Amino acid sequence: MGTFFHVFRKEVVDNFRDRRSLLTVAAMVAMFPLLMASLIGFQIDRSFNTETDLISLPVIGAEHAPNLMRYLESNQIDIVAGPVDADAAVAAVETGDLDVVLRIPGDFGEQLADMIPARVELFLDQANTAGDADVGRVRDALFGYNQTLAGIRLSARGVNPTLVRPLNIDTIDVSTPSGRAAILLGMMSYFLLFSLLMGGMYLAIDATAGERERGSIEPLLSLPVARAHLVLGKIAGCGAFMAFSLLLSLLSWFVALNFMPLEQIGMTPNFNLAVVLAAFLLLCPMLLIGASLMTLVASFTRTYKEAQTWLSFVVLAPTMPILIVSFLNLRPRLEFMFVPSLSQHLILVDMISNEPASALNIAVSAAGTLAVGAILTWACVRLYSREALLG
Amino acid sequence: MIRVEGIHKSFGEVHAVRGVSFDARDGKITGLLGPNGAGKSTTLRVLCTLLKPDRGTATIDGADVVADSLAARQKIGSLPHESGLYPRLTARENIAYYARLCGLDRDHVEDRVDEIVKTLEIGDFADRRSKGFSHGQRTKVALGRALVHDPQNLLLDEPTTGLDVMATRSLRELILKLKDEGRCVLFSSHVMQEVAALCDDICIMAAGRIAIHDSMDGIRQRTGCDDLEEAFLAALAMVEVD
Repeated sequence: MGTFFHVFRKEVVDNFRDRRSLLTVAAMVAMFPLLMASLIGFQIDRSFNTETDLISLPVIGAEHAPNLMRYLESNQIDIVAGPVDADAAVAAVETGDLDVVLRIPGDFGEQLADMIPARVELFLDQANTAGDADVGRVRDALFGYNQTLAGIRLSARGVNPTLVRPLNIDTIDVSTPSGRAAILLGMMSYFLLFSLLMGGMYLAIDATAGERERGSIEPLLSLPVARAHLVLGKIAGCGAFMAFSLLLSLLSWFVALNFMPLEQIGMTPNFNLAVVLAAFLLLCPMLLIGASLMTLVASFTRTYKEAQTWLSFVVLAPTMPILIVSFLNLRPRLEFMFVPSLSQHLILVDMISNEPASALNIAVSAAGTLAVGAILTWACVRLYSREALLG
Repeated sequence: MIRVEGIHKSFGEVHAVRGVSFDARDGKITGLLGPNGAGKSTTLRVLCTLLKPDRGTATIDGADVVADSLAARQKIGSLPHESGLYPRLTARENIAYYARLCGLDRDHVEDRVDEIVKTLEIGDFADRRSKGFSHGQRTKVALGRALVHDPQNLLLDEPTTGLDVMATRSLRELILKLKDEGRCVLFSSHVMQEVAALCDDICIMAAGRIAIHDSMDGIRQRTGCDDLEEAFLAALAMVEVD
C-alpha cells in the first residue's frame, strides 16, 4: 500500500510543477461557466426586448405616409429619420449600422389614392440574425396596416372584409426565455464532466506516454515493486487532479449563476453551496472511470503527442450520452441509472430544479459507475503486467 | 551472481537473442561487448524482468526472472540506456522517490539519499531540478537511483556512451568501487577499450549469440590476436562461420 501512496504523491507533486498545463486547464475550467452565464444573460435580455419594448425604425420619406406612420407608432414602433436616400440605406444595412430601414417613395400617396398597390421598400439583411426580431415586428406591423386598409376598402363597397380572410391564423409562441435557459442549465452537467476529464488529462499523459517517451518507465518497472501498485498510484493521482478540476468548475458555476438574471424569467435554480457539495459527491464515482479510462488509453500510445490526440476523443466519449439526452426531455428512470454520466446528469438536473432525488437512483448510479470504473482499472493493471508496455 | 542459460527472444520476425548463456560472478565486472544490434540490450532487459524470454532461463542470485520476478528485481539495480529521470524533480527527489518505492521508511530515505549523494559526489547539483542536467550528471543520478535499494547485482546498459572524458573516468571509478564491495556488475558496451580497461570477464556478442566468453587474456590466446580490435573482429568472424 505504501508503494501506491508514494506513486500517487510523486505524480501529484511532479504534475503540480507543470505550471503551464495546470494554468491552461484551470483557466479553461473556471472561465467556461462565466462565459456561458454572460451568453445566457444576454439572451434573456434580448428575448425580453422583443415582446414589449419600443423599437425605433429609420424611415426615408416618412412625410409621404403620415397615416402609416401613426399606425406604426401605435404598434410601439418609434419613427426616426432614416438615411438620406436608398443608396445610403443599403450601405447602412450592409455594414450592420442599421438592422432595417423603411423607404416610402414620393408617389406612395398617389398610388394609394389610385388603388394601385402602393410600393414601400424594406431594406434588411437576411444574414444578420441579430436584426430578426426588429424586422419581424416591422413586417407584422406593415401587414397589419395592409389588412386594415383592405378591410376599409371592402367595407366602403359593402363587402364584409372577413370574406377575404378564410383563415384566421393565430400563432402561439411557446418558446420562453426560461426554456432556453433550462436547456443550457441542463448542459451544465456536460460541462462539469468535461472539466472533470480535462483536469486529469495532462497527468494521465505524463504518467504513461510521457514516462515512456522520457525513458523513465524502464527503470521504474525494474524496481522491486508490484506493477499493480504503480498503475493504481497513477490512476489515483489522475483522479485527484480531476477532483480538483471538478471542484473548480462547480465553484465557477456557483459564482456564474449568481450573476445570471434568472429571476427575471421566473427561474430559481437550486444551486446553493449544499447542492454544490452534493453535485461533487454525485460525480465522484466518475473520477474512477475518467482516471482509469485515460490511463488505459494513454498507456497504448507511444508519445506525448499521440496520447494527446487520443485523449481529446476520450474526453468526448463519456459526455456523449449527456449531449444527446440534453435535447430530449428524459426523466430519471431506474434503468438509466446503470449508465454512467447519463445517470449523474439526470439526477443533477432534478437536484437543480429542486425535485427530490430518489435514494435508490443515487445508489444505483454510484454502484453502476464504480463497477465500470473497476473494470477499466483492472484492465490497466493487466496492461501494466504485460511486457508489451515497453515495445 | 547472474546466471543465464540458453535464452531466446524474438520480436515478430526479428530473432534478437538466439541462445545466450553465461555467468556473471560476484566481485567481478562482466562486460557484454558487441556491435549495435547484437542483442545486448535485449539480454539486459530480460535480466531486469522487463521482457520474458521465449526459451531458456535466467536467475539473479537464484531467483528466476520469470517465475519469481519480484525477488529477482529485489536483487538487481538497473541503469538503462536512457537515464529516464523526472525533469521536474530534483536529483535528490528522483533518488528519494525510488528509495520510497523500494520500501525504505521515512527516516531511512533521507539517510540513504544523503549517502548516495556523497558516494556519487553529486552534491553540487543534488537540489536542482534535473531538467537542465548534462548527460554526465543525469547518468550519475540514474546510477544513484539504481543503487538505492543496495542491490547485489548491477546491470548497466552502455553507461559511458556520450559521456566526456572526465565523466567517463569518474563513472569507471564508481564501477570499480562497486566491484570492490563484492557486487556483481554486468555492463554492456560497444567500446572495446573500455571493456578491456574495466572488465574481468568479457562476453563478445554478435547476431544474438555469444561468440566468446573469457578473460581478456583468454580471448587474446583463443583468437591468436594480440590487438584487442583484431581479437574482437576475429571473435565476430567465429559467429559468422556458424
